[in-house]
Amino acid sequence: MLVAAIAVLPAVYLVIRAREAGLGATADLVLTTRTAQLLGRSLGLAAAVTVTAVLIGVPVGWLTARTDLPGRRLFTVLTALPLAVPSYVAALAVVAAFGPRGTIARWLGPLGVDRLPELYGFPGAWLALSLSTFPYVTLTVRGALRRLDPALEEVSRSLGVGSWETFLRVTLPQMAPAAAAGALLAALYTLADFGAVSLLRYDTFTRAIYVQYKGSLDYSAAAVLALVLAVMSLAVVAVESRMRSRTRIVSSRTARQPRVVPLGRWRLAAAGAMALIVVLGLALPVATLVTWLVVGAQEGVDLAGTLRAAVHSAQASGLGALAAVGAAWPVAVLSARRRGSVARWTERAAYVGYALPGLVVALSLVFFGARVATALYQTVAMLVLAYLVLFLPQGLGALRSTIAQVSPRLEEASRSLGASRLKTTLRVLLPLVRPGAAAAFALVFLTAMKELPAALLLGPTGWDTLATRVWASTSEGFLARAAAPALLLIAVSSVPLVFLALRDNR
Amino acid sequence: MRLSRRSAVALIMAVMSMTGSACSDDSADLTVYSGRIADLMGPLFNQFEQETGVKVKVRYGDSAEVAGAALEEGDKPRADVLLVQDAGNIGQVSKSGRLTTLDAGVVDKVPTQFRSVDNHWVGLSGRARVVAYNTDKVREDQLPPEITGFSDPRWKGRLAWAPTNGSFQAFITAFRVMEGDAAAEAWLRGVKANEAKVFPNNVAILDAVGRGEVDTGFVNHYYLYRARAEGQAGKAENKYYGAGDPGGLVNVSAAGILRGAKHPVAARRLVEFLLSDNAQRYFADKTFELPVVPTVQADPALPPITALARPEVDLARLEDAKGTVDLLTRLGVL
Repeated sequence: MLVAAIAVLPAVYLVIRAREAGLGATADLVLTTRTAQLLGRSLGLAAAVTVTAVLIGVPVGWLTARTDLPGRRLFTVLTALPLAVPSYVAALAVVAAFGPRGTIARWLGPLGVDRLPELYGFPGAWLALSLSTFPYVTLTVRGALRRLDPALEEVSRSLGVGSWETFLRVTLPQMAPAAAAGALLAALYTLADFGAVSLLRYDTFTRAIYVQYKGSLDYSAAAVLALVLAVMSLAVVAVESRMRSRTRIVSSRTARQPRVVPLGRWRLAAAGAMALIVVLGLALPVATLVTWLVVGAQEGVDLAGTLRAAVHSAQASGLGALAAVGAAWPVAVLSARRRGSVARWTERAAYVGYALPGLVVALSLVFFGARVATALYQTVAMLVLAYLVLFLPQGLGALRSTIAQVSPRLEEASRSLGASRLKTTLRVLLPLVRPGAAAAFALVFLTAMKELPAALLLGPTGWDTLATRVWASTSEGFLARAAAPALLLIAVSSVPLVFLALRDNR
Repeated sequence: MRLSRRSAVALIMAVMSMTGSACSDDSADLTVYSGRIADLMGPLFNQFEQETGVKVKVRYGDSAEVAGAALEEGDKPRADVLLVQDAGNIGQVSKSGRLTTLDAGVVDKVPTQFRSVDNHWVGLSGRARVVAYNTDKVREDQLPPEITGFSDPRWKGRLAWAPTNGSFQAFITAFRVMEGDAAAEAWLRGVKANEAKVFPNNVAILDAVGRGEVDTGFVNHYYLYRARAEGQAGKAENKYYGAGDPGGLVNVSAAGILRGAKHPVAARRLVEFLLSDNAQRYFADKTFELPVVPTVQADPALPPITALARPEVDLARLEDAKGTVDLLTRLGVL
């Protein structure tokens, strides 16, 4: 309940501020054809990005978790890392490569191709966001596959079902809840994104909120629009939970390594496809950053300042991720084990903060901090609280789908043998859910590392993070100076992923 | 597994302890919310600390964000001084009564058109609107003599703008004030019909103009000189618009002291410092802006501020930012 209360804090504040705008004015603002148009564009982009993220993320998750793919461990880390690339950096990289004056255009120029398909607008936004959100699906799918009971597949095979059909009828449905959880994160991320859509000039609802607010500093108007977005995101969450309620698969035993699927002659093709994804999602932004770094090195890099910012980023993101996973735990257990409406609404409430534009959430927490949580305001704790509000659903998605795979009978057995509830949780549930919890931590950590408005407004004054340093340089066009902090941001973000990958493959 | 759990706990403890140390440092004598980045303002704040011994803490952010934070904090301000990129943002904060009146003795040397009527805020450095053009694509004498000329179909497919940019919006507000809402709307419709390319900011426009990706673009004057200093300006050049033309609006970066500030005396000293000859020369030499104190010379490459800014454009009248956003939204420009 407390978790739910914290999660809906920004939304409550939005309602209060929206009411200030007056109902008549509110209706005028919301009920325009333009608003409807923007809603359509946002939903369309979110749908396209989500489908693409699933189409890339599910195969990548399965290939890295279950097959004899060459360089599996390396690919596990590399395919998750696009998540560490801030969406505005991904957008800049997409422009640098595919833009009218980009690398590809230069290569194709001598071949007589003088016009590339238009990048700005929907295609660019779709490409940049798909590449930066597919790891949400990969990571949640991997978490579920690690927990998949190999007996299910073996039973299917022993009953004479072919390996392909077993995959379709047994493995795939087992992955579905996790894939849906990851897809939900990708969809909501797209709805709330500002960086990529503004650089690639695709007008969405969130962009309209930013523009409205930054132009007029009229929070009431922004609040009205943000509430529309919140309602929209709840609808998306409802769609996902409907899908989930249809697939309910529980495995009963475990801790056995599943069989590694030999890819045979597909090994190289699969590795090639993975390499292409890594090139687009990770190598491209990193190469862009390195080019900037080379330019920037001439004027010197503030190494000490960048390292200090890296420590700040790691602190706030690490604590934020711990808080989000800790807070997600009871909600995930409730949601996976009970079908009551308290669980359902707590879970949905959690997603509201995630789908709201970061600036709107950050400003509402400024209000809350300056008046109520005065001792916390402008301390690291406030930033951690903000990350809890913003990223709770990421922890929730990964945790819930893993908990759902653990048979309640194990816990019942433990309780019936006299173990207390706490002991059951610690000794039975926790070890079984650990891969999911680790994935949840990594997800929140990655996203928090690149978060911007909350880091700017809620952390201690004069306390910069890698993301704020990247922002400061790019905002005035000093792209070269943004390179070092951006590269370090990607490097630090990869630390929990490396741990995750190494443990997985032990 | 036992090992990993222990190491995880150790990691958490380590992070916690670092956090503790990060929180305990609170010895600032003055807190500034700065909508201008550390690369631009940091050297000035350092110099102020050295000269006065006053310790400054700065929260850097986007102008709208720090102004927004000051508004949300309301009568519980955490900052003493608010410093932003343009007059529009600080005008909004002033309108909601969050700023105190500055000492006439401090701000008198700034011409009245660069500060608010009630002295709630004062301009620090001037930034002129210009049209950047690619010298390979356009000759200067081919550019229209007034900004209104760009709505002519002759410019179809040859324009770039950044409608979300604060300076651009301030220019439109000035257009509305000087020529009337109807004229501003007609111009916007014309430029939109000319399929002006939308860019996220001025830097991107100047870059595109310099490379010849687009012929002309509406920007602030200093981006050209900064790009030149880095050898990145390509074939870009500035066209300045003369007296009485909204296309030549001179906006200012501005500062004000928050009502309820904990360190009003130090805040006053900072504003005084930012208007000193030293600081004004810094703006002229390092950021290529126009000093607001008339006795300080601008960069020799720039026209003097007095030739650009006209007393009849009162920046305080650019407060109706919301009206501009509404207009741009209605026309589908935003």
